[in-house]
Amino acid sequence: MHFSDIVPSLPFILEGVQVTLKFTILSLFCGLPLGIGVALSKLSNSSILRAIATTYVAVFRGTPLLVQLALIYFATPQLIGYSISAFEAGVIAFSLNSAAYTSEIIRAGIEAIDEGQLDAAKVLGIPRRQALFKIIFPQAVRNILPALVNEMINLLKESALVSIIGETDLLRRAQIVASEKFLYFEPLLVAASLYFLMVMVISFFAAKLEKKLAYA
Amino acid sequence: MLNVNNLGKKTTHGEILKPLSFIAQRGEITSIVGPSGSGKTTLLRCLAQLTPITSGNAKFDDQDLRELSHGEIGLVFQSFHLFPHLTLLDNLTIAPISQGVSRRVAEEKAMHLLKQFSLNGKERRHPSQISGGQKQRVAIARALMMDPPLLLFDEPTSALDPEMVNEVGEIISSLQDSKRVIILVTHEIRLAERIADRVLFLDHGILLDNLVSTEFFAKNRSKLSKRAQKFLSNLS
Repeated sequence: MHFSDIVPSLPFILEGVQVTLKFTILSLFCGLPLGIGVALSKLSNSSILRAIATTYVAVFRGTPLLVQLALIYFATPQLIGYSISAFEAGVIAFSLNSAAYTSEIIRAGIEAIDEGQLDAAKVLGIPRRQALFKIIFPQAVRNILPALVNEMINLLKESALVSIIGETDLLRRAQIVASEKFLYFEPLLVAASLYFLMVMVISFFAAKLEKKLAYA
Repeated sequence: MLNVNNLGKKTTHGEILKPLSFIAQRGEITSIVGPSGSGKTTLLRCLAQLTPITSGNAKFDDQDLRELSHGEIGLVFQSFHLFPHLTLLDNLTIAPISQGVSRRVAEEKAMHLLKQFSLNGKERRHPSQISGGQKQRVAIARALMMDPPLLLFDEPTSALDPEMVNEVGEIISSLQDSKRVIILVTHEIRLAERIADRVLFLDHGILLDNLVSTEFFAKNRSKLSKRAQKFLSNLS
């Protein structure tokens, strides 16, 4: 073990945490609204919207994320002449991909709510919009929170894929240090520990939030 | 009074309710009884505007039920359908507040009703923290928030322990009021016998009997349809 040899490189690796987090959070913030939109389209009365949403989910769930990432990164310059950065390509690919998964989580969360809830709201004369925002969505959020946290954790871990197209995220930085020092175990173990730590922090806060949202 | 005139309901599964007519008076409890699958709940859902009727009409004091404003029809569901994420107080106030009543006024009324149903001190609890009987009372209180002149009960005892039947009967009786029409759908024949003024017997979507309670439950069953006679004998 030569951990002392990589101590000078630690700040460089740690900077990767910031890149990975920025990447995950951005993808989540773009992917979640898109996922909500896809979920609502799937539940809508319009058959065109439903068809679009279904196709969307099928395509993005049916092809490997790595292939989507490569397509966006390498094909964009060829198709529209814009030289896309690895970071941009990553955020786009991850947002689109995660939206497909979150939309299914959200749809299931909404469908799991007893139809009687809407009946009750209707009989009580609660306007439909308010019924959705005050009765259906709060219950749906509670239903989907655990699955959504799972998706966020997945996103964080899968973000390591961007290292393949050259983004200097946590994994990439560990690899750079490894090849500079000819030491593989130590920097990669540091990277793995940091991923683990980030996931633990997310899980901790998610558990707290879940407790807070529980019905007393 | 509630005037149901040739009300019928057809779906893709067939004719759930054959056109039927009856009158329910203010100040009376009208009970709809019959075997399961007879269309009792569908009739109630039609009256509550939860499902459209396909023929005939239903009027309350000459006004079509579809034109009644929100809150004029109260419905207590078989499985309560309380809002699990809201406190008991919010369960009661959400409807009036959504219709522009001030929170203060709504909460005052809600606290009054909770007290009336012996739920005082529980207003900050959630539905999961109270018993079935208490949920039932919250559901009734919620339906009463807008003072509906037409109050409907769908199988109010079927989700409760048998010993609760009398208590629910007492509560429904206590709501009897000269201004209010109460419709009680139940298969709990003892409940109908105890509190109903008039009994309608429904079977296979057909209204077979419409009698005052004392006649329906008289020892001599000759006034009853064959089906109703059979239904009552099977129960006893």
